[in-house]
Amino acid sequence: MEEGRRGGVCPQLLDLMPNKRDWIVKDDGRGGEMKASQLEVESLELRLGLPATEEEKDPSVLSLALFYKSSKTTTTNNNNNKNHHCAGSKRGFFGTFESRTEGPQQQKTSGANLKDELPQSQERKAAHEAPENASAANMNSQTRAASVPLVGWPPIRTFRKNFATGSSKPSPEPQSGDLQSKVKLEDCKKGLFVKINMEGIPIGRKIDLSTYNSYEKLSLAVEEHFRDLLAAQKDPSTADTLKDGEKQVFTGLLDGTGEYSLIYEDNEGDRMLVGDVPWDMFVSMAKRLRVIKSTDLSVIRVQDQYAGKEQQQSVELY
Amino acid sequence: MTEDCDGEEKDEETRRWSPGQGGSSSSSSRGGGSGTSASSPFKNRCVRGRVDQPPPFSGQVLENVLENVLQFLPCRRDRNASSLVCRSWYRAEARTRLELFIGNCYAVSPARALGRFRCARALVLKGRPRFADFNLVPVGWGARFSPWVAAMAAAYPWLERVCLKRMTVSDADLALLARSFSSFRDLTLICCDGFGTPGLAAVAELCRNLRVLDLIENDVEDEDEEVVDWISRFPETDTRLESLSFECVNCPVNFAALEALVARSPSLRRLRVNQHVSVGQLRCLMVRAPQLTHLGSGSFETVPVADGAAELDVAELESSFVASKSLVCLSGFRMVAPEYLPAIYPVCAGLVSLNLSYAMTTAEQLKPVILRCHNLQTFWVLDTVGDEGLRAAAKTCKHLRELRVFPFEATEDSESAVSDAGLVAISEGCQKLRSILYFCQRMTNAAVVTMSKNCQDLVVFRLCIMGRHRPDHITGEPMDEGFGAIVMNCKKLTRLAVSGLLTDKVFEYIAKYGKLVRTLSVAFAGNSDLSLRYVLEGCHKLQKLEIRDSPFGDAGLLSGIHHYYNMRFLWMNSCKLSLRGCKEVAQRLPRLVVEVFGDQNKELDGDAVEKLYLYRSLVGPRDDVPSFVKIL
Repeated sequence: MEEGRRGGVCPQLLDLMPNKRDWIVKDDGRGGEMKASQLEVESLELRLGLPATEEEKDPSVLSLALFYKSSKTTTTNNNNNKNHHCAGSKRGFFGTFESRTEGPQQQKTSGANLKDELPQSQERKAAHEAPENASAANMNSQTRAASVPLVGWPPIRTFRKNFATGSSKPSPEPQSGDLQSKVKLEDCKKGLFVKINMEGIPIGRKIDLSTYNSYEKLSLAVEEHFRDLLAAQKDPSTADTLKDGEKQVFTGLLDGTGEYSLIYEDNEGDRMLVGDVPWDMFVSMAKRLRVIKSTDLSVIRVQDQYAGKEQQQSVELY
Repeated sequence: MTEDCDGEEKDEETRRWSPGQGGSSSSSSRGGGSGTSASSPFKNRCVRGRVDQPPPFSGQVLENVLENVLQFLPCRRDRNASSLVCRSWYRAEARTRLELFIGNCYAVSPARALGRFRCARALVLKGRPRFADFNLVPVGWGARFSPWVAAMAAAYPWLERVCLKRMTVSDADLALLARSFSSFRDLTLICCDGFGTPGLAAVAELCRNLRVLDLIENDVEDEDEEVVDWISRFPETDTRLESLSFECVNCPVNFAALEALVARSPSLRRLRVNQHVSVGQLRCLMVRAPQLTHLGSGSFETVPVADGAAELDVAELESSFVASKSLVCLSGFRMVAPEYLPAIYPVCAGLVSLNLSYAMTTAEQLKPVILRCHNLQTFWVLDTVGDEGLRAAAKTCKHLRELRVFPFEATEDSESAVSDAGLVAISEGCQKLRSILYFCQRMTNAAVVTMSKNCQDLVVFRLCIMGRHRPDHITGEPMDEGFGAIVMNCKKLTRLAVSGLLTDKVFEYIAKYGKLVRTLSVAFAGNSDLSLRYVLEGCHKLQKLEIRDSPFGDAGLLSGIHHYYNMRFLWMNSCKLSLRGCKEVAQRLPRLVVEVFGDQNKELDGDAVEKLYLYRSLVGPRDDVPSFVKIL
């Protein structure tokens, strides 16, 4: 077994393992209790053969560096309701894994799993490992930028959350009416930051719909966000040049004439073409955005709404 | 709002449901019919009488006497206890209970509650679990006021007061309420939703005896076209209004009408306006109502007016405050223009309660205010006040009972100007502290231990370290010892919220020492089911347990079977529960309603349970279950 091919779209293996991802074991009842910690997976990255076993694990399984799509339907025993991504990265154990962007909690969970599930002889080892992983993960959590926000954490009611959007620091001058109206507009419960993914690019962005007031501005913003990523994707060495070429890609985003089209997922979960409704209505309804190839408009795969959007390709298990 | 228990809904028969434990509630220990504390000569007669047979004449006299006596018993726990003495006392108590408190609207049906307490004049009703405030309960889950108001319209024509928390109240409900009760006086809505200005207009217009209209932190939805000028709907004559709070109503109000209303409300003592009322307008209101005791300002800045009218002079504003000699409570302060803040200096010394938690001000701007508030007992503030500001509060506010420090930026990675140092300062200066809610990013066990030793009167301790799993930032250890010290040293503690990096150990402490804890909030804590087991086995007074994102599974859940009938509810989301475990609980405890659900659009699939909400109920599964909720 080997690392699965990913259709040549995803970047190199190492890029698929950003520090913020973590892994938990799902207890699928098949008896193979496997635990992957971030450290472990990193160590596995460099090997194709049997990794040095610091833990008593089944070596034959560890030797498989498999790619997995963890689909939502096989998700069981989740203990987090967000971000069940399918990530084409190295996992390769009996159990199904999920990547997480909430690192430390999963570290702790994996530590906890370990405590419960591993045989006695391993418990001490697990106990040592859990705090170490937790603190490592904590450091990671602190170094990473504000990651995907959790629902309802910190536990503050919505109307108390308006501050940071209004101004970054309390200002010594009187706040203008402009600010006042902006804070009025910022209705955080509508979630004006929405994810936006582009077909062919594994990493998505987040954009704040409230900072635009028209579809044209949105289209420009989309271009801005993905231009560089797209360039890096196509040919890393020529990322700096190609400005004109890239500009071509993003024209006609809204009217279907370009190479790409913009669609969104509304609050009822339906996928819609951007541009039909008035801007304000769109802002209140759009939950996430997607840039897809115009040719795909007619053949959109029904993707699991919880499948990871950051990894565009589903990776096949060989 | 106090978080008291609601034990009164159960009558004798339900005491016997407690499997094998003989009912561990705090009131009587009766099982069969042997009362313990009743007056003995009459006891046997009362016990043997059936509820449908009239008591003998002497029993009747006793009941009348009893009713007169029981009228002096306002506390509902005492009433619960007295209702368990015997059937005679039960009847007498039921006839004399004036305020009906229902902590979980689904624990009992309107028919049943109103059928037992036929003379109630006031209703306090709570609906959704608290985690609904943080978007963890999908919209449409339930807790509608409609069935209650419909039942009361028929049963309680003399109803005077209603207080609702986390219920869905429609405009139609408010209209029905307004029409049905001629003596209606007090309406308090806290964290409710479903209504808008049309409903408020109905209340204003039809409740002729309205004294209190307090709208606190509700989600008032109005489409722009449908906004109604509800303030203008109050009767033209002098009103009996004592309290009017509408901070949460997002649309502008007709200021002229508001000013006129205030002018013709001689009893008005509490006025809290929304942010559309400018400080200049506020001053007009203060002039009209110098007798105010509680004032909630709107915005505390002037929006420049188009006609070039001069902005309000600080001195003028200050003079208004000087004139308001009775002010004891100040709140509001959204959009504070810092140069206006000094206007409140004259009243600071008299303030008992100050809520600056919307005021985006720096520590430097706040300190002069704080340093004047010698009599402050309740202080809500943003963490921009910083450790330095808290030190000022500790130095000055020696009578502080309640402190809440909210985060300016409520994200995990934000910088916070308050830390363990501020907590220590407060603990040293404000030793009468009873309640604290503290958001921060950096905390140490030592600071929490210090607070536990200095503030022995603590009843509510809620510490939220916003970064998940954050350890003690100096020692790197879990926060177990700090919270352990709190439960150990603060013997009056009834409410606790924990955070930071926590292992099973902290729950062991809570179980061992937190014998009075009634409400416990847990997030991202613990290592294993042991934690949940400790708490459910050790905290005998536990009423409300809310848990999120912690590795607790079926084994932990099942360890509470002996206790769930004594609790108001258990909430768990994003833990490690499975349908199998939840079903077992549902089977073994038939009087428990076990709801499982996921996010709104997501069908339940697989064995994993995303959200669990279980609660005791006298009436079984509710009939308004939405499609995404499954009752096991």
